[in-house]
Amino acid sequence: MKIGVLGMQGDIREHVQALERLGCETIVVKKSEDLEKIDGLVIPGGESTTITRLMKLTGIWSKLKDMASNGFPIFGTCAGLIVLAKEIANAPDQETLELLDVTVERNGYGRQIDSFEAELEVEGFDLPVKGVFIRAPIITSVGNGVNVLSSYRGNPVLVAQGKILAATFHPELVDGESRIHKLFIDMVNS
Amino acid sequence: MERYGTWVVKKGLAEMLKNGVIMDVTTAEQAKIAEEAGAVAVMALERVPADIRKEGGVARMASIQKIKEIMEAVSIPVMAKVRIGHIAEARILEAIGVDFIDESEVLTPADDRYHINKHEFKVPFVCGARDLGEALRRIAEGAAMIRTKGEAGTGNVVEAVRHMRQVMDEIRRVKNMPDEELVTYAKEIGAPVELVYEVKKLGRLPVVNFAAGGIATPADAALMMMLGADGVFVGSGIFKSKDPEKMARAIVAAVLYWDDAKMLAKVSEDIGSPMPGKAVEELAVRMQERGW
Repeated sequence: MKIGVLGMQGDIREHVQALERLGCETIVVKKSEDLEKIDGLVIPGGESTTITRLMKLTGIWSKLKDMASNGFPIFGTCAGLIVLAKEIANAPDQETLELLDVTVERNGYGRQIDSFEAELEVEGFDLPVKGVFIRAPIITSVGNGVNVLSSYRGNPVLVAQGKILAATFHPELVDGESRIHKLFIDMVNS
Repeated sequence: MERYGTWVVKKGLAEMLKNGVIMDVTTAEQAKIAEEAGAVAVMALERVPADIRKEGGVARMASIQKIKEIMEAVSIPVMAKVRIGHIAEARILEAIGVDFIDESEVLTPADDRYHINKHEFKVPFVCGARDLGEALRRIAEGAAMIRTKGEAGTGNVVEAVRHMRQVMDEIRRVKNMPDEELVTYAKEIGAPVELVYEVKKLGRLPVVNFAAGGIATPADAALMMMLGADGVFVGSGIFKSKDPEKMARAIVAAVLYWDDAKMLAKVSEDIGSPMPGKAVEELAVRMQERGW
């Protein structure tokens, strides 16, 4: 099994490291052809507007959309979740892949000074996960097919739908934390 | 309970900017052009460095109204500059909610001995550095991101190259240094020994390291990525070029395609002329010499 980390922009290295801690073979995906070499894709944190523009420039955008409609597994964190979402409430003009039936609000908690860390309870985990929220989006509503795996202050922060997993926080920024990435690997294997 | 302004959160925002381009803007309209071109953040300024250099006098923090206008215009992070050591300017920028503060040698220093204690702030800071010692002193003061100083406003990449090569060369030396030499080396470069140990362990700076100061073309941006930069700042290079929109898009693409010469050639085509450049030897003021 080989997992790709989308190499447009953002914290690509941290995702590669989290996957490597699980013994997973990884490649950085920069061309649309690279998508054929992998069994699942991680869309990292970064700026969603930049990542979107570069995905279109490289042709990854339309190819990934096709693959995902046939059940290709994708895991997105923060900007990655925004790119996957069905709708952005406060930026309706920003195009998304519309693969995950959620509505999000970009920078939902505010600006950088409102960024924070908090402990999160995750379904099926014995110990909490340290949630790092950086100019994070808020999921304001989820569709029927979406499974909420963790919530914080009443809003979902970790969700799954079919073979898509998405977090509003950054598990890849926490030293030694690979449990959320393990959830994704299990999804790819199932 | 939420914990705000932690080191993880401050350093984390810089991680999110990696492989991206941060552009200097002086109006809300320019900020929108930058965002649409794919900038990961904008630096809100009263004047770009090339104009600061031309006009002389004392360069200070931009007007609050200007910064607020830019913050309202875009959804990407907004940075702004304060003078070296100007604690009050930094507190003001933090109070209005700027996402990142650049304690910058491009402005006239307010303190000729000390930089700001950046640990005391909830907002993250970026600082310029010319070598490893300077980078680690700034990190010791709490900088969550480092950039080369280069020579701002010149459109001449030579100083940014010099500074990036210097930092990378010193990191390679530290990586191969036996532990017993680290204390003396730390003393020689004027850096805290704990951070020198950390550099040895990581094989890189403990924070994100961008290139800045003189980047004017897609090829310049790609060169800095080849030398190991995590991303680039483009100051005067965008809005002093003939066609800012095209130049901005091309530089964003060059940071993605830095290791693919065919694509670099393609993105460098038909982008109008870059900003006029200046030889470093002819400069009256070398901004890079500010900072201690």
